This record gives sequence, structure tokens and C-alpha cells, in this order.
Amino acid sequence: MIFKKTKNLELKMDAFLDKISEAGIVYRRGIKNYMNKSGDDFERHVAQIKQLEHEADELRKNIETQLYTQTLVPESRGDILALMETSDDVIDRATDTLVEFSIENPNVPEPFRDGFIELARTTVKATEEMVKAMRAFMRDPLNVRNYLHKVYHWEKESDRIAGELKRAIFASEDLKLSEKIHLRYFALHVDTLADRAEDVADRLAIYTIKRSI
Amino acid sequence: MLVMLFLSSGLFLGWSLGANDASNIFGTAVGTRMVKFYTAAIVASIFVVLGAVISGAGATHTLGKLGSVDMIAGAFMVALAAALTVFGMTKLSLPVSTSQAIVGAIVGWNMFAGKPTDMAALTKIASTWVMSPILAAGFSLVLFFIVQFIMKYWKIHIFRLDVYTRIGLIVVGAFGAYSLGANNIANVMGVFVSVAPFDTLHIAGISFSGVVQLFLMGGLAIAVGIFTYSKKVMMTVGEGVVKLTPQTALIVVLSQAIVLFLFASKGLETWLMAHNLPTIPLVPVSSSQVVIGSILGIGLAHGGRGIRFRVLGRIASGWVTTPVIAALISFVSLFFLQNVFDQQVVKPTHQATLQQNISLETPGHG
Repeated sequence: MIFKKTKNLELKMDAFLDKISEAGIVYRRGIKNYMNKSGDDFERHVAQIKQLEHEADELRKNIETQLYTQTLVPESRGDILALMETSDDVIDRATDTLVEFSIENPNVPEPFRDGFIELARTTVKATEEMVKAMRAFMRDPLNVRNYLHKVYHWEKESDRIAGELKRAIFASEDLKLSEKIHLRYFALHVDTLADRAEDVADRLAIYTIKRSI
Repeated sequence: MLVMLFLSSGLFLGWSLGANDASNIFGTAVGTRMVKFYTAAIVASIFVVLGAVISGAGATHTLGKLGSVDMIAGAFMVALAAALTVFGMTKLSLPVSTSQAIVGAIVGWNMFAGKPTDMAALTKIASTWVMSPILAAGFSLVLFFIVQFIMKYWKIHIFRLDVYTRIGLIVVGAFGAYSLGANNIANVMGVFVSVAPFDTLHIAGISFSGVVQLFLMGGLAIAVGIFTYSKKVMMTVGEGVVKLTPQTALIVVLSQAIVLFLFASKGLETWLMAHNLPTIPLVPVSSSQVVIGSILGIGLAHGGRGIRFRVLGRIASGWVTTPVIAALISFVSLFFLQNVFDQQVVKPTHQATLQQNISLETPGHG
């Protein structure tokens, strides 16, 4: 009975991490669709990421309730909940960014499209390594470090690409200042996903030390 | 009724043992909310009583060799002197152990009765005080690496590890409680054994000797101590003094239980003797000091960081101060009990009885 409940909780946690990972893929493809002017596909990805966000929220609340009502893992419960909430920010951020693209429909000139696609690809790499680090934290804490340094690497890489993209945007002579500011705002938002992944990695670094016996 | 009055000091010692030492077994588990207090209290009580009744004789026998208190009033005062020593030293925040206090109190009785203290037995007992924390440190060091290895290679999910640890804490806690009862019942009831005033009882075809009845009462006194007062101590241990993870808590309790068991198990002694191996003396040891030894083992496994050598120094000083203070209190209070309250605390020898009769019959006396 007690093992059944635990197994159930393990499955929910795995499902939660799957949602974050899947949201990363949807986010990357959504941005690519937008840049390639595939409007229908883009909107389909917006709807898909909204659904993933909702499902991840439900799973998070469910796990949190179960952890508290059944007083499970009292020593690490606070850490696990903090991790889940911070990683939930990643999926929220990804959803918000795609929705903002959908609402504001920014005009991205041809020379900057590949830059945005590359930025999205790099930020999603940071989130993928973050998910791997979280899975390791649950089962194999000694392996967490192997993923954390990759999160930090891709976060730095995202910052570099975002910086270059913003410089290129502001160096452009074909855009009005309002368009430049609008594009900078989107470059910033796409990049923020990697920052959220870094926040999770920072927490994981500490919690992993606490988890060692 | 008078018998119960005399036994009260031993029962008080038992209560105090339950109130304080149960926290060494279930403190971290309850303090960190891995195990509910009532689960811990029920398990600890049952297994303390079982340990006392089934395996309590070995360590009691060794205490008996040190000094066989032969009057119940004397036994009362010896146990009370030990209890007062523990109470007073605890109030003064000095390191103290019931095991060391009772030994001092018995030596005090020997001095008062003019009987020689068996130095071989005393040396054996004192050496176990030093040996037990060291042994506990060794066990927890080894167990630490075993648990670390298991966690590294089995890759147990954090939720599943939580369940295994909870079950482990209860099972190992039960073993710890059994060992505590087996090892420390000698402190509580040991001095009353040779003056046990109970006849053998036959209930449902099972015989309960006077000694077993004593151990049962002592075990129940420990259980009352666990239920009435140990929660507060457990919460303090779990939350404050030493921060242990549930897994290291499991290691600490297991190594403590093993050490207490080694110093109490007649079965193990018989097995070692049968295989021509050196035996481990059956002596009541301090569970608190054994726990500190276990925690020290964890500290060593972490490379010796954060070990407070002052704490170890204070324990070592307790090995000397506790028995000396208990012996003095025992000696003085036996004097008062005999001369002020007119209670016989030492059985008069044949020669002393003769001398007393002669002096009563000689004119000019009286």
C-alpha cells in the first residue's frame, strides 16, 4: 500500500518533468514556425504549450498536496517544493513568450530570424539539461553536477547570442526605434527562459549538497 | 507496600532512563517527523520491556560481581544515590550517565559496608566505558560507507528512499530499544536482584521468577518514562543538538543498537566462547555516550570536519567525576539511612551479630 502510493508519486514527478521537457520542444518549434511565417503551425504550438502549462500546474499542485498531507520526505520536502515551483516558472515563461508573440505579432525582418531561432534553440538546451539535472536529483544526486555545468554553459551561450542579436537590431538602419525596442523586448523574453533554468540549477546545486548523507 | 517504597528509587531511575535515553534511539526520527511520536513510543516501550526481561541478566550479573547489595534498604539508597547524581549533574549541565552513577553508588555501598570492591570487575566495567563509544564510532564509520555505496549504486528515488528510511528507523529503533532494555535494565534493577523480594509466579503455565518480575517492573518504568517525558527530549535531539539526515540517523541508531547489544548479549558471549574467540564483557554502558561515539563516526566519515573535541573531553571527564560523586553521595546517604532512619542497609555478618549480642549482655552497656 505504502509502496503503491510512493510509486504513484514517482510517476507524477516524472510526468511533471516530462511536461517541462515537452514544453521546451514546443517552444522551440513555435518560435521557428513564427519566424518561418507558418501562422497555423505557430498557433497550434501556442495552444499546445498552454495545455502543457495547465497540466504541469495540476501535477505540481497534486504532488505538493500529497507531500504535505502524507508528510512525505519531511527533510527534503521544502527543497522539492521550491524546485518544482522554480521549474514551473520555466514553463510559465515559455508559454508567456509564445502568447506574447501571438498577441503582439512583432515584425521580425529576415536578417534577424535565424538569430531568434538560434536563441530559442540555445535557451531550450539549457532547460533540457535542467530537466536532466532534476531527474538526477531525484534518483542519482551524485550525477547532478554533470548536468548543472551544462545548464550554466547554455545560459551563458544564450546571453551571448541575445547580446549579439540586440546589437544587430540596434545597428540596423532599416528599422524605426519603436521596432528596435519591440524586437529587443522579444529577444530579452526568449533569453529569459535560460535565466529561469539557471535559477533552478542554482537551487539544485545547494539541495544536492544537502541530500548527500 | 514497604517493598514498593524501597523499589521506588530504582523505578525512578527507570523512568528517568526512559525519559532521556529513548531519545537516543528515536530522537532524530521523531524530531525530523520521519516517525510519529506515538509509533516510536509504542515500539520503544514494547522492545525495551522485551530486552529487559529476555536479555537483562548478563549485564546485571557483572554489576552483581562489583558489589552485591544485600539489604533492600541499602539497594534503595544505592539506586537513589545514582538517581540524585544523575539529577544533580544534569541540572549543573555536566556530562553524566546512569551506568557510571550506579557503579559509583555500588562502590560507595562497598565502602560503607567495609567490603572490598572487586577491582577486576571494576576495571572491566571502566574499560567498557572507554571502549563503547570508540566501538560505536567504528561501526557507524563502516555503516556510513556501506549506506553510501548502496545509495550510489542502487539509485533509489528520493520518495522511495524516504519510505525505506522510515521503515528502517522503526525496525532499527526496535532493535535499539531491545538492546537498551537488555543493557541498561542492570542500572535500574541490578542492585535489587540479590534482595528480590518476590516469589516465583506461575501464570498460564509460565513461571516468572522474582528477577524477571523485577526486570518487568523496571522495563515498565522505562516505558512510562518514554510515554510521559521523552517527547520533549526527542524534539530537542531531532531539531537542535546535532543535525543528521534521516539516513545518517539510521546509521547512528543502528551502530548504537549493535554496541548496546554486544555488551548485553549472553547468547553472543556463549557463541564466542564456543568458537574460542575473545568475549565481550556484559556491562551496562551509557547509551548517550555510545550515541556520541556513533555521531563521531559520521564526523570521521566526512573527513573529521566539525568534530568538537571539547565535547569528547567532557565525556572522558564524566568517566571519573560521575562514579566518584555517586560513591560519595551513596556513602553519606547510607550513613544517614542507617543512623537517622534506623534502617539496616548492610546485612550483619555472623561475627558482627555475635559481637552485638555480647555487647548487649555485658553489664555497663546499654
